[in-house]
Amino acid sequence: MKVSGTMEFFIDLMTNGLLVGLMYALVAVGFVLIYKATSIINFAQGDLVMLAGYGAAVMLGLRGLPLWLMVLILCIGMIALGFVLERGILRPMIGQPLVSVIMVTIGLSFVLQGLVAIVWGAGTRKLELPVPLAPYVVGPVFISPINVVAAVIALVFLIAFGLFFTRSRLGVAMRAVADDQQASMVVGIRVSRVFALSWAIAGLAAAAGGIIWGNMLGASSLLSLVGLKVFPVVILGGLDSIGGAIVGGLIMGAVESVAAGYLDPYVGGGTKDFIPYVLMILVLFIRPYGIWGHETIERV
Amino acid sequence: MINREAGVFQTSYSSDMALYTLPLAKITVWVTLGLLLILPLPLMLGNNEHAMSIVNTIALAAIGAIGLNILNGYTGQISLGQGAFMAVGGYTAAIVSSRYGMPFWFGILAGGGMAALVGTLFGIPSLRIKGLYLAIATLAAQLIIEWTINHVSWIGGGAQSSIYVDTPTFLGLAFNNEFRRYYLILVFFLLAYFAAQNLVRSRVGRAFIAIRDRDVAAEIIGVNIFKYKLLAFAVSSFYAGVAGALWTYYLRIANYENFTLGVSIEYLTMIIIGGLGSVLGSVLGAIFIKLLPIVLDLSVIRIAKGVFGIPYESVANFLANFQLFIFGALIILFLIAEPEGLARLWENVKRYFRLWPYAY
Repeated sequence: MKVSGTMEFFIDLMTNGLLVGLMYALVAVGFVLIYKATSIINFAQGDLVMLAGYGAAVMLGLRGLPLWLMVLILCIGMIALGFVLERGILRPMIGQPLVSVIMVTIGLSFVLQGLVAIVWGAGTRKLELPVPLAPYVVGPVFISPINVVAAVIALVFLIAFGLFFTRSRLGVAMRAVADDQQASMVVGIRVSRVFALSWAIAGLAAAAGGIIWGNMLGASSLLSLVGLKVFPVVILGGLDSIGGAIVGGLIMGAVESVAAGYLDPYVGGGTKDFIPYVLMILVLFIRPYGIWGHETIERV
Repeated sequence: MINREAGVFQTSYSSDMALYTLPLAKITVWVTLGLLLILPLPLMLGNNEHAMSIVNTIALAAIGAIGLNILNGYTGQISLGQGAFMAVGGYTAAIVSSRYGMPFWFGILAGGGMAALVGTLFGIPSLRIKGLYLAIATLAAQLIIEWTINHVSWIGGGAQSSIYVDTPTFLGLAFNNEFRRYYLILVFFLLAYFAAQNLVRSRVGRAFIAIRDRDVAAEIIGVNIFKYKLLAFAVSSFYAGVAGALWTYYLRIANYENFTLGVSIEYLTMIIIGGLGSVLGSVLGAIFIKLLPIVLDLSVIRIAKGVFGIPYESVANFLANFQLFIFGALIILFLIAEPEGLARLWENVKRYFRLWPYAY
């Protein structure tokens, strides 16, 4: 860390914040996808990330399993899990009150946490990727390589999703379902299939998040807390906007990093876990649909 | 007088307005009350303080659950901040009684009042946002309040965020064992239960239900949404505050570990398993959720020891995670199989016996 108060210090905080922000965005995308297509907030997204992290760590522990194969197996596994979850527990919840739908994902989060700890133990597992540890020095800023890898993966993901949603038939169908379920049924889109697909994609996003966050923090139950951090991000960006998730992630990452750098010495730490939520409450007061979220006007 | 209903034959307004109109229901209520009063006797004879403490925990949880159900089940406003509002009550009580030497009943009232104030404050967003957004706003309330307690030493008491309080005394009687504390808690539990039963069938309660069922329609028939949503938050947080303050006096320490996000979710689970929009359901849910880990513990330890010969120490870690797993699985199971919860099951039993033995 540099001396507090200098410009370098600020730039350093800012850069690292933005890089972490991209990683938030990666988890947030899974979140937004599900909300966009099914209007369900998935409280278990963080736990899916945790599951993927453990999965990656365990597979890397096996001898002779190349990295690309591990990633492939993990992605396929998470996609399959997404399908199963949608079919098994989310579909029966259609038409139930909102609190039930929220609670079912919270229940899912407990099941995943308990299951992971029972199967793989509660300790932290290392998840080592073949990435150098020594930081790059760009002018006054130190950047750790894993952050760069994360940022690249995040960007690839986001561009891929962007193309998927604008160019592919299925992607456009998903946007249509998000907009109006009945109208999409009328033009022949199978809404149930779109629902399942969005959960599968969320599983895929969780796989990517799990690998990267698992490398940063190690595979442990802490990973599920990343899910909580994503709420401020998606609220800021707009619950149903993928672009918003990215911008929200960047802003939130930068804000919490800068705030932590300047305020932590005065309040004794923990600013990172506090500022995002204060910001979120403010956003909810002023502009509840976020930066790019779909604005629903309701006068009651 | 075990006659059952065969139509509505009320002859005076007061009998029509009674909380329990059927003789059988009245008898049941009085018998239950009597049983609750003498419940400690057998435990006292066996000097079983542990069993009594479980009952006390359940009664305390039931108060918080009833409060949450008023907000969530009756008014339809989701709150993930019940634990934090309990914390506000608990710490307020601890501060007024340990620093200003106030008696415990004042601490409980102050705790309830302060929680109502804070709850109303965090309820203000509900005027603009609803559903998911509100759930997230209350989640923020939970995390912000938790953080404040942990970082502002005037509120949280500094080290480990805990404040000790003296044993509560009333008219010279100290509540210094589980049996005495039971009666203290019972008084507040009964007050909470019957206040809620009456609230939800009053004008206010009907307004709550109208808002839950269709807010636009409620506004049109003249329900002031602004007022009643905030009122629901205030009442619910008042319950939470009282429950939190009682917790503090019960444990003789205010500690934020008792009021985390996990606790908020536990309360939501209680009312979902018990039944949304049912005061009795809140109590059933509290019983279920508080007994579940104890039953699981005992059975898993028995099985591990008896069948596999594994000592307790090696099961301990597995047990915590197994509990979490079962807890989550039960939430999912109840939501899919019986979304209206235990209260509905109880209704079904009653309905069956209403016609018994001449079904159809």
